[in-house]
Amino acid sequence: MIAFRKYCIALIFSGLTFFAFAQHGGEPTSPQTEATHQSTEATHEVQANGTETAEHGAEMHGECPCGTHEAGEEEFNAGDNAVHHIADANAIQIIGDVYFHLPVMLYAPGQGWTITTTGAFKPEHHGNGTVAKDGYVLVHGNVMRIQDPSFPKGEVALQCDPTHETITTEAGKEKIVYKIGANNTCYHLDPKTTLDGGIMGGGITSFYDFSITRNVFTMLLTAFLLFFLFRAVAQAATRNHGKAPRGLQNFIEPFYTFIRDEVAKPNIGPKYEKYMPYLLSAFFFILGLNLVGQIPFFPGSANVTGNISVTIVLALITFLISTFSANRHFWEHTLWMPGVPAVLKILILTPIEVLGIFLKPFTLLLRLFANITAGHIVIMSFVSLIFIFGGAGKSLSGSIAGIIASVPLSLFMMTLELLVAFLQAFIFTMLSAVYIGTAIEEPHHDAHH
Amino acid sequence: MYAAIGAGLAVIGAGLGIGQIGGKAMEGIARQPEAVGDIRSNMILTAALVEGAALVCMVLSFFVKAA
Repeated sequence: MIAFRKYCIALIFSGLTFFAFAQHGGEPTSPQTEATHQSTEATHEVQANGTETAEHGAEMHGECPCGTHEAGEEEFNAGDNAVHHIADANAIQIIGDVYFHLPVMLYAPGQGWTITTTGAFKPEHHGNGTVAKDGYVLVHGNVMRIQDPSFPKGEVALQCDPTHETITTEAGKEKIVYKIGANNTCYHLDPKTTLDGGIMGGGITSFYDFSITRNVFTMLLTAFLLFFLFRAVAQAATRNHGKAPRGLQNFIEPFYTFIRDEVAKPNIGPKYEKYMPYLLSAFFFILGLNLVGQIPFFPGSANVTGNISVTIVLALITFLISTFSANRHFWEHTLWMPGVPAVLKILILTPIEVLGIFLKPFTLLLRLFANITAGHIVIMSFVSLIFIFGGAGKSLSGSIAGIIASVPLSLFMMTLELLVAFLQAFIFTMLSAVYIGTAIEEPHHDAHH
Repeated sequence: MYAAIGAGLAVIGAGLGIGQIGGKAMEGIARQPEAVGDIRSNMILTAALVEGAALVCMVLSFFVKAA
């Protein structure tokens, strides 16, 4: 009941904010009239609410050599918006045009290292830098490099915001090309190198990014938090040895005993103690990252466990541990299982089992990635309802309807995501324990062979 | 669009499978409430395995779209 009342208050407050906005920009009657008497102030309000217009950039820096977008030409795309917000970035946007600047370490063959912070790009709205530094620019919070090698080094002011268009390459693939205007010339931009071999549209480009990005920053933050939390708990556990647990220890010990008694012991068997450090680290690291990723504002908001590179490494560690601790019994039953005709083994069973060795970590990494990413995309889509209903900030009554639809749905999804955060951390740990357990299991039917 | 159809088909299969697992686990718990711990951990494990097959299908469908 109290929760419901709090929710109503939150709804009223968010509605009030938009009414204040309505007072500011003039009473809206319909989307058309609103659009016609948009004052400069109203335009600024629309910008501050995070909608897409390229008009603002053109106003500020004069004519753009890459051509300007007509105001309102770019439609609000909920899918692109969601994908952009869950992706990794070089700069962390705190609120509006206020940024938390992170170190940037870039390497381009032939040019060498460029070490600076995102502050050097002087980002304004939407994480777009206003200055090029050694040929690098900031586009939507991500560093890109100007392809033209004759572009002057050092700081160069940019004339307008980066623009992008979708082109079709010779191979028939759709590709997004970014462009930027400086020195009255339109330059093409190179995205950073990715190691996906072109599967996700990336590949090796003209520069490499070794920066502390938003995700790396959040991982370091979570690691430090966990370190201090567990140091305090370990000290308390030593001090209170044989006595009832107190304080923080009370909160962590149930998790510890749960992992030990429900996950490690039944799945790994008598040798479980050797693998406890890894299981506990994996569980608390994933749980910590999931929970920090749930915070929708500054120290959190990075979608770390929903980044496939992170889950690949986590699954790779499980794969290495289970493969290297596997005993003779495991390999025998995987590659040449006893009691099965040789034809069957060669044609069906051994290939399937070998495939299974690699499929196990593959599903492990995908499960975590897909669950967290899906949850974040759904939340972002619900938030996007405000902009879809409001015609990208043009209709105020529509925006209010959007808020009424969006707030309860987002709250519901976030509650569900809290459950998923615990569940996915548990499943990852549990399956790691099962894979390690199958690899080290001792034979208990010696009579057969 | 084919990628979306592929992902949808994969989800139908996984939904049927996980539904069966969850339903049977509930029945099992109702019959033998004292075995709830064992049933729950096995249920999650089996559901995770079914989900794994569905995830492979979904990712393959996305790769087909990208290639």
